[in-house]
Amino acid sequence: MTGLTGEMTHALVVCFSAIFTGNMVLSYFLGLCPFIGVSREIKTAFGLGTAVVFVLTFTSGINWAAYHYILVPLELDFFRFILFIIIIAAFVQFVEMIIERFSPLLYVNLGIFLPLITVNCAILGVSLFMVIRDYSLIVTVAYGFGSGLGWMLAIVSMAGIRQRLNESRIPYGLQGPGITLIIAGLMALAFIGFSGVLQGR
Amino acid sequence: MSSNKSASKKIILDGLWGNNPIFRQVLGICSTLAVTNLVINTAVMCAALTLTTALSCFTVSLLRAYTPRRIRMMVQTLIIASYVIMVDLYLKAYWPEMSANLGPYVGLIITNCIIMGRCEAFAVANPPVPSLVDGLFNGLGYSLILLAVSITRELLGMGTILGYPMPYFSTLWDKWIIMVMPPGAFFTLALIIWLCRSIQTTGREKTS
Repeated sequence: MTGLTGEMTHALVVCFSAIFTGNMVLSYFLGLCPFIGVSREIKTAFGLGTAVVFVLTFTSGINWAAYHYILVPLELDFFRFILFIIIIAAFVQFVEMIIERFSPLLYVNLGIFLPLITVNCAILGVSLFMVIRDYSLIVTVAYGFGSGLGWMLAIVSMAGIRQRLNESRIPYGLQGPGITLIIAGLMALAFIGFSGVLQGR
Repeated sequence: MSSNKSASKKIILDGLWGNNPIFRQVLGICSTLAVTNLVINTAVMCAALTLTTALSCFTVSLLRAYTPRRIRMMVQTLIIASYVIMVDLYLKAYWPEMSANLGPYVGLIITNCIIMGRCEAFAVANPPVPSLVDGLFNGLGYSLILLAVSITRELLGMGTILGYPMPYFSTLWDKWIIMVMPPGAFFTLALIIWLCRSIQTTGREKTS
């Protein structure tokens, strides 16, 4: 298992484990704010999920290149927070313009949450994890894609469950974020079931 | 002067309870929830977060007249990021084990929505000192809830608090492993939010 094949296998394992065993929301708590705020309807959840997958896949790759070709040679390692966030913000701005142009409905629905993708912890989190775990470029992109997909899976299923819950009577204090967190806990519990399947990091 | 005093009292109470970042605004739980399995980690994270929130709000407010509206988000992010870098370097230098424990979560303070939220909602339109107070007490209100979560989790999951074994919980108590794992954090936080919101509504009904 050396060279490209080994790398591809590693990438695949990392990608799958990012979806199931190491889910961004359910085991690392990243991207929780939009997860609670935008999970009322499947359609919006799906739109935001797609945007996150897209942004994550690309920014993880760009950030990898920026880190390894700019920061490491210059020994400006500590500067990575600022560089990553700038790259992410610029990229999100770009995606926002595209969505505004091609899907005004989605743009209206997502409202203030689109700029908030910039401060979606999942996106910066992936870039920081990639530095800590010392991934190669292919693995990083696979990890970004997998994390995005896992996040989307979680938010779409959450939206589905919450739509069902619309009709049910929930104690006042538990409405909204409370019940969402309990559902998230149950989902996290379910996802722990996957942990025996893959142990890729 | 008295109106000034009552204004700051309102800011303080709102941050701690009335408009608590966690159970009212539900913002910024991401980066800190992950480290609530141990009280000591949470305490360090919350201290870092409170400090960053207060100082960022202060700085944003100082610069509010000189920041063009269109790029204010970027400016705010850069201000927050600079403070986070300071905290991160400080931890790496003086407490490397803690820095390794917290992993990427210190850096993730940057994307913690509560800081940005306070800067946007308060600091851009208010003078520096009230902004500092607002940031500080929102940070404290946030820390309060998360410390409650982490104390519950560590006590029920490991039978210790701050690493010290507790009577009964470390010996007779059947440890709930689930509390140490991610679902435990969700459940604990949900229950605390439920409790706080219920108390708040009963309080409001009584006054009205």
